[in-house]
Amino acid sequence: MAKVKKSPWLLHYDGSSCNGCDIETLACLTPVYDAERFGVVNTGDPLQADIFLITGGINTQNKSVVEQLYQQMPWPKVVVAVGTCACTGGIFKDCYNILGGADQVIPVDIYVPGCAARPQAIIDGIIQAVELFQRRSDEHEEKKKGAAHGHHH
Amino acid sequence: MARKHKRNIVPFGPQHPVLPEPIHLDLVLDDEKVVGVIPSVGFIHRGLEGLVEKWDFKEMVYVAERTCGICSFQHGMGYCEAVEQIMNIEVPPRAKYLRTIWGETSRLHSHLLWLGLMADAFGFESLFYQCWRIREKILDLIELSTGGRVIFSVNQIGGVLKDMDAEMLKHFLDVLAEVETEVREIQKTFMLDYTVQSRTVGVGVMTKRQIHACGSVGPFARASGFKVDMRKLGYEAYPDLDFEPVISNDGDCYARCDVRIREIFQSIDLIRQAAAKIPDGELAIKVKGNPDGECFARIEQPRGEAIYYVRGTGKKFVNRMRIRTPTFANLPGLCEMLKNADYADVPLMILTIDPCISCTER
Amino acid sequence: MAIIIKKEPEQKTITIAELLPEVIAIRKRGMRVCQICAAWVNEQFELSYSFANDGNYQLLTLRVVIDKDVAVPSITPIYPSAVFYENEMKELFGVKVENISTDYRDKFYRIEEKTPFGPESEGE
Repeated sequence: MAKVKKSPWLLHYDGSSCNGCDIETLACLTPVYDAERFGVVNTGDPLQADIFLITGGINTQNKSVVEQLYQQMPWPKVVVAVGTCACTGGIFKDCYNILGGADQVIPVDIYVPGCAARPQAIIDGIIQAVELFQRRSDEHEEKKKGAAHGHHH
Repeated sequence: MARKHKRNIVPFGPQHPVLPEPIHLDLVLDDEKVVGVIPSVGFIHRGLEGLVEKWDFKEMVYVAERTCGICSFQHGMGYCEAVEQIMNIEVPPRAKYLRTIWGETSRLHSHLLWLGLMADAFGFESLFYQCWRIREKILDLIELSTGGRVIFSVNQIGGVLKDMDAEMLKHFLDVLAEVETEVREIQKTFMLDYTVQSRTVGVGVMTKRQIHACGSVGPFARASGFKVDMRKLGYEAYPDLDFEPVISNDGDCYARCDVRIREIFQSIDLIRQAAAKIPDGELAIKVKGNPDGECFARIEQPRGEAIYYVRGTGKKFVNRMRIRTPTFANLPGLCEMLKNADYADVPLMILTIDPCISCTER
Repeated sequence: MAIIIKKEPEQKTITIAELLPEVIAIRKRGMRVCQICAAWVNEQFELSYSFANDGNYQLLTLRVVIDKDVAVPSITPIYPSAVFYENEMKELFGVKVENISTDYRDKFYRIEEKTPFGPESEGE
């Protein structure tokens, strides 16, 4: 697990966003911005994902979906909230069907502001997520070693 | 010999690789054939029409723009149109032209985005990347002229907020000339490639009669020979520009692809015409008073006809804002098209109506 | 120069009893159902049924004004594609619509709040 930061997998889920942040996230993964040069691969499978990138606010319908996706991801994992809506609920904060930002249901590590978030900001968020992910994996590894060690004696 | 089939209901979505958005359909299957489709709404439903109670009629432009991040500019424009018609505001001519130019630019970015997703849906990844690479050039133009990439917020009631100088217009035309050559290249692949044709020709055929019965709009309707384009209503600068709705007659996925590619060239042409004719003058006029009355404004979005209904009662906060988005109008057509389709073709067929879920659910 | 057809939109207010005969007449003229929506204005529902003529781009709107508990007949037997608009009207506003061809019974919009735009929730 020494160099996981070279190839984290990314899961993208659109909460109740207007689509703007989603196409910007996709734009990050396609030519010109190309986040794949940092080893990030977009996956549709939560069971294999390391970074959870969520756009848009949480509404009553997708609450359980977001919770489930988060629980399906193995530890260590990092959550990035992209865009003002995912951070706080944004312009839709007052809508009857919006509960708020992504942190209402899952722990968010990195907040990327912007409406819509710019690709530069999203890539910056992903890079910070990669660093955090490496740190968490190292800690996780230490803990596992410690536990195994303790078991022997 | 009659065989007894067991019908199954297969959920399509909410998280499906064909779209970045959570689309949700329940497909009723008889073996591999689709016999029924039950759409429902809710994963992105925000209830933004209810925000009229919290935001006044001028601020609602920003909410309208955030109905959808792809046709954002056109949503703002449609809402402004409706309010301006209620309040009898005549937008200055230069603002009309600028709105037309930005509107067509957003159509270009939307269609290129769709072409990319389409290529991805039939598994042609390099074509997907090519489309999105070309699209980035359009986004650079938008960023240069407005400061935003997908949500550019340059509309206001009574006009626009930003201007374009002659140098920038020239730059627009230069970049569009490049884009045109590049789209001609990808057009060859979409239209002539054997493998692409095998996925699109004869798939998801809708006749003109079916389209009319389902009330479908936009390129989806035009691909079946239904000649309807709201730009002919003559809002903004369209009365001064020369164009004809792009139509095709086959009504299959191939025709829908064809219509959208030709609309890219049409949009480039419209921007050229508008850039040549744009008059000097003010960008916006001052708005006094509050809207009192009601109006249905219809505009042509990249995905088709959109209707904006605004009902004001003379107060700062309008009573009702309603957006009938093109994808909502295309839902009955989608259900009709998917009947008797092969299950394997479903993602591609859904994509050819260019669904915008956040528009639909609002 | 392109020919621009600018027909003024037409709007007329009718009663519930006149709704179905009017819609049948419109259907005979080959018009397309454009949108149906509800609004809660002055303690009454304003229902708007818009139809488009795609030959001359005319928009015709039928307006029905009803009290809260009055039911309107569905136009889906005449225009099947109106089904989603009527379900929307029913679920978001609580307008009583009778005989919808496919009645979702509050399952079209997957929301927890009942009739969020309806009269009850607007009690300020």
